[in-house]
Amino acid sequence: MTNVTHKPSTPVPAPPAGARAATPPREVTGAESLVLSLESLEVDTVFGIPGGAILPAYDPLMDSTKVRHILVRHEQGAGHAAQGYAAATGRVGVCMATSGPGATNLVTAIADAYMDSVPIVVVTGQVASRVIGTDAFQEADIRGITMPITKHNYLVTDAADISRALAEAFHIASTGRPGPVLVDISKDALTGRTDFSWPPAFDLPGYRPVTRPHSKQIRAAADLMLAAKRPVLYVGGGVIRAEASAELQQFVELTGIPVVTTLMARGAFPDSHPLHLGMPGMHGSVAAVTALQKSDLLLALGTRFDDRVTGEISTFAPEAKVVHADIDPAEISKNRIADVPIVGDCKEVINELMALVRADHEAGRQGDYDAWRTRSTGWAQTFPLGYSPEEGATAIPPQYVIERIGALTGPDAVYAAGVGQHQMWAAQFVKYERPNSWINSGGLGTMGYAVPAAMGAKVGEPDRTVWAIDGDGCFQMTNQELATCVINNIPIKVAIINNSSLGMVRQWQTLFYNERYSNTDLNTSVGSRVPDFVKLADAYGCVGLRCERAEDVDDTIRKALEINDVPVVIDFVVERDAMVWPMVPAGVSNDMVTTARAMTPVWDRDDEAGDA
Amino acid sequence: MARHTLSVLVENSPGVLARIAGLISRRGFNIDSLAVGPTEHDTVSRMTIVVDVDPVALEQVTKQLNKLIEVLKVVELEAGHSVQREIVLIKVRCDAASRVEIVQITELFRCNVVDVSVDSIVIEATGTPEKLIALLDVLEPYGVRELVQSGLVAIGRGSRSITDRSRRSA
Repeated sequence: MTNVTHKPSTPVPAPPAGARAATPPREVTGAESLVLSLESLEVDTVFGIPGGAILPAYDPLMDSTKVRHILVRHEQGAGHAAQGYAAATGRVGVCMATSGPGATNLVTAIADAYMDSVPIVVVTGQVASRVIGTDAFQEADIRGITMPITKHNYLVTDAADISRALAEAFHIASTGRPGPVLVDISKDALTGRTDFSWPPAFDLPGYRPVTRPHSKQIRAAADLMLAAKRPVLYVGGGVIRAEASAELQQFVELTGIPVVTTLMARGAFPDSHPLHLGMPGMHGSVAAVTALQKSDLLLALGTRFDDRVTGEISTFAPEAKVVHADIDPAEISKNRIADVPIVGDCKEVINELMALVRADHEAGRQGDYDAWRTRSTGWAQTFPLGYSPEEGATAIPPQYVIERIGALTGPDAVYAAGVGQHQMWAAQFVKYERPNSWINSGGLGTMGYAVPAAMGAKVGEPDRTVWAIDGDGCFQMTNQELATCVINNIPIKVAIINNSSLGMVRQWQTLFYNERYSNTDLNTSVGSRVPDFVKLADAYGCVGLRCERAEDVDDTIRKALEINDVPVVIDFVVERDAMVWPMVPAGVSNDMVTTARAMTPVWDRDDEAGDA
Repeated sequence: MARHTLSVLVENSPGVLARIAGLISRRGFNIDSLAVGPTEHDTVSRMTIVVDVDPVALEQVTKQLNKLIEVLKVVELEAGHSVQREIVLIKVRCDAASRVEIVQITELFRCNVVDVSVDSIVIEATGTPEKLIALLDVLEPYGVRELVQSGLVAIGRGSRSITDRSRRSA
């Protein structure tokens, strides 16, 4: 397999992450080479757990003054923490584990990072090379296992190859479309001796991501913009990864085109902007969903026409021409054929498009979107996101809790979510104003993501308030990392939106399975309190708070915001029958958006006429 | 759906076959044949993959292959502009009477007899998939006892070499 073997390679400039003066060779162990490589790559934090095969690496790691190792309680926590760190900072996150179960426990986080294009490097120990393939103790073919869920991966069996594999891994993880890269290192490679010098030369002839868009395609896109009457900027997470938020905002000011931001792009464009129509998709705002459906030109930036956005794809935005810009050519025309495909980095695409549009304006050519702007922003006024307490409900509406957390904490904070109803409400009711402030598991939908991701984000951005907005189900999957947070002084705040259920599944059972609640009752507040989250928080050394009345919500949040020396866990006991609206049921057209149970938007006659 | 022949130049490193086979199966592409071997450069291997896909899927499979770090170049070889060959070894039942007929057939198809025993004969044939099917049709009545066939390999016609500029991304 990809045993990294010595082969002549042409010297290339050092990877950007490790750009510094070359160090003269000196003799070290493979393990020391690993630690020196991490230091040279300016890694400040590694999340991990030691074990037999990776043990040699942990010895020199103990002496490193540059790399802080944070001992987690489960490898999955290390993986999500590395993701949270990367998503909050834009830098490469790093996690480490031993062979076999250590490595397989990372698989969920690796798959998650692959789906959401999160740059992480995963270092795993492997059994000694002479016993690889013999079903040795704690042996797992993690390179084989992770082939479909990594951007690339390595099996290193020679100490001499460690530094080059690490340099390549960081380069691959952080450039082009970001993603996870795994470096599996056999124990004998860690204990072997080699010469270390930095930077190592490497050559990746098969890896040359295109970042500069083709000028002809940019012209074609600008021409479509001139002809369009109902354009929409369909913005995805690629805009955040490309750090193109400022450029996007300039582009919107210049063109006056309305914007929708997908789940992965929340924060890429300020929610307070009048041209922001909200999030599209299954639980998107009526304005965002409808604008896409009625659009005649989608400017899709760093997005992949995911099924949760498009609904039934054959009926998605049926009248729209599509300009699709993405750094990954394979995403373009994968789900929806693009009329103008543009391969490139979102920042460069926006800049080049902006230059052409400016030139067009100066030449007196300009698209006329006034009527469309009025219409689409009108929908946002007519059908705002909202919620009304369920009939007969006495408990706190969960949306209210999340809305207040966002309002009282503000846009400078980082919000990490688990997966389910609370995630959708956190995407809807927290107002995001800056990129990297919203961290969630979008593509894979990993329950249990919030606590470790918030931990990683807090380590990367210690001066920001970091909330984990979690569900009672999600929280029970990864709450062991609260121990890591307490011991390592990582004071995150966890809001458990406790509806005593697997809420999203329960919602589907309510709507599609005749209210037969098969295996969705978690007994965490209704009828019993197993576990008691306040006692659990207390047992970990966190501050545990409980809030059961709407009038106490603000005070509880404020109390949590005042505690900054230990993690805080709040058990918000909320209404279990609350549902996420709007909703487009799975597999149907986005035209079927419903604003509440059995309620579809009532369009006035002008709107219908406007479709002509 | 239509058959397309893709020549894929890859870095000659262990694991690359698993990567490519895994990618094709995971993405749900139909594959007719796959052949791997060395090239004139010792660091580069060449895979010839025959896929049975529609044009949209062909574009996807090409793009997905190109995303693999170890893939250097992907080129579609069209039948008219390339030479495409498979090799087949066929063990046919025979007796003294039929042996002569079978040998005559091998001459007609310009293939070789590579092993003979009292009651069998092994034929080695090279050609396009169509030719080999035709040969098999003719041999079938004698009784095919065993058959092994290679994947298709293909090379472009003319003087240009696809490895010339292989050290770049496709």
